[in-house]
Amino acid sequence: MKVKLHIWRQSKASTAQNFAQDGKMVVYELDNVSKDMSFLEMLDFLNDKLTREGELPVAFDHDCREGVCGSCGIVIDGIPHGPQRGTTTCQLHMRSFKDGAEIYLEPMRAKAFPVLKDLVVNRSAFDRVVQAGAFISVSTGAPKDANAILVAKDAAEKAFDAATCIGCGACVAACKNASAMLFVGAKVSHFLHLPQGQPERDRRARNLVTAMDKEGFGNCTNQNECEAVCPKEISVRVIAEMNREFVRAKLREEPPSHKRVGGDG
Amino acid sequence: MSWLCAFWRSSIGGKLTMAVTGLLLFGFVVAHLLGNLQLLGGQEKLNAYAKMLHDLGSLLWVARIGLLLIFVLHIVTAIRLSRSNRSARPVQYAKSATLQASFASRSMLFSGLSLLGFVIYHLLHFTLGVVHVDEVAKKGADGHDVYSMVVASFSKAPVAAAYIAFQVLLFFHLQHGLQSFAQTLGLHHARYTPMIKSLAFLLALVVAGGNILVVLYPSLWLAKGAA
Repeated sequence: MKVKLHIWRQSKASTAQNFAQDGKMVVYELDNVSKDMSFLEMLDFLNDKLTREGELPVAFDHDCREGVCGSCGIVIDGIPHGPQRGTTTCQLHMRSFKDGAEIYLEPMRAKAFPVLKDLVVNRSAFDRVVQAGAFISVSTGAPKDANAILVAKDAAEKAFDAATCIGCGACVAACKNASAMLFVGAKVSHFLHLPQGQPERDRRARNLVTAMDKEGFGNCTNQNECEAVCPKEISVRVIAEMNREFVRAKLREEPPSHKRVGGDG
Repeated sequence: MSWLCAFWRSSIGGKLTMAVTGLLLFGFVVAHLLGNLQLLGGQEKLNAYAKMLHDLGSLLWVARIGLLLIFVLHIVTAIRLSRSNRSARPVQYAKSATLQASFASRSMLFSGLSLLGFVIYHLLHFTLGVVHVDEVAKKGADGHDVYSMVVASFSKAPVAAAYIAFQVLLFFHLQHGLQSFAQTLGLHHARYTPMIKSLAFLLALVVAGGNILVVLYPSLWLAKGAA
């Protein structure tokens, strides 16, 4: 099959002052594409051709190519990860497109995700959010018996639904406001339903939301575009849970001046 | 106070402010609709209702100032959030797509700002009597014949059409706003969320439909009665 690709080419990394840099959409015609190629194999095929013609290959992120690492995430025709629901870019195949199709490839567009080159964006903002509280603190020592803490099946499933997040950033890319609330909501929900998440529950909600706000993401307006593009099909339920958790944690927060009985010792 | 300001400035604090002030404004809109529907009861009924409101005196001013504060908070927060949303995406997509965002959800800022314009027009019209002075003059010397003023105004097609157009915007604004209220407060459930969405649709329809009925009343029922 034959495809006409419109690809965002940007040689210099985005800065706060100049986000688009020299970036522009460039058209490439590609023939002899097999419909059994994955989308990334099609790009490999294009890059091979570009390299042989003495042009710079198109930079794009990828790693596992089996839909679990969260590295890939090209915005294809305005949809992060492309037209197939619940699928990462690497798991998308050219049979999802018609012969002769015009396909638009763009990087994820968000102030918090500066473009490094072409289709590659810097998603460190997600790492900083995770470092702010998307974890549980565990004492070192001998591992505990796996079944020592009972978890109800419903709770385990809710936690697991949130834990399937691969941090690809598609939710931010799809959101009309470039909000990261599905991602951060997933981190809150992941621990909320588990007994291990309880001791740090309030602090986690406060710190995650504060870290998210600091990165310059937008705000959720409940349009649910994130849910529609999430390759792991995480529900906006996690956003509702995050809203609830943040408000609860803020209400329970004691003023910094508050002295506890017995002092700090 | 600084604690409260910091909460308001946070993303979720802003969302919560929109939700709570939005619900309060919805409460006002419902009360306003019930007042409007007095028109259907005839001249005496509506005028008696208007007199009752005016006789509240200082209480009326407490309500007006409270309402104004809620309104201002709703609008200021909306502008702050919208600006932050705009700046969160410095470069737009060359090709954009919408998968499941409703028309109502995507036009909240437009419908909201239009409604702000409508409220100003509406106050200038009926409350302050600055625009459409001819009809407002029907209020009479004692200032209590609201009925004649409303009937005279809505008998004019352009005025009625403008009011109806804004009610359509109100329908979309309320429809998305009411269901967002639940989500922002953390109410999300596989069974109840679809019900909340249907309820939001229904309530928005009742409010906008009820108001449209009032606007159409002079031209449909009264004209028929006269003939």
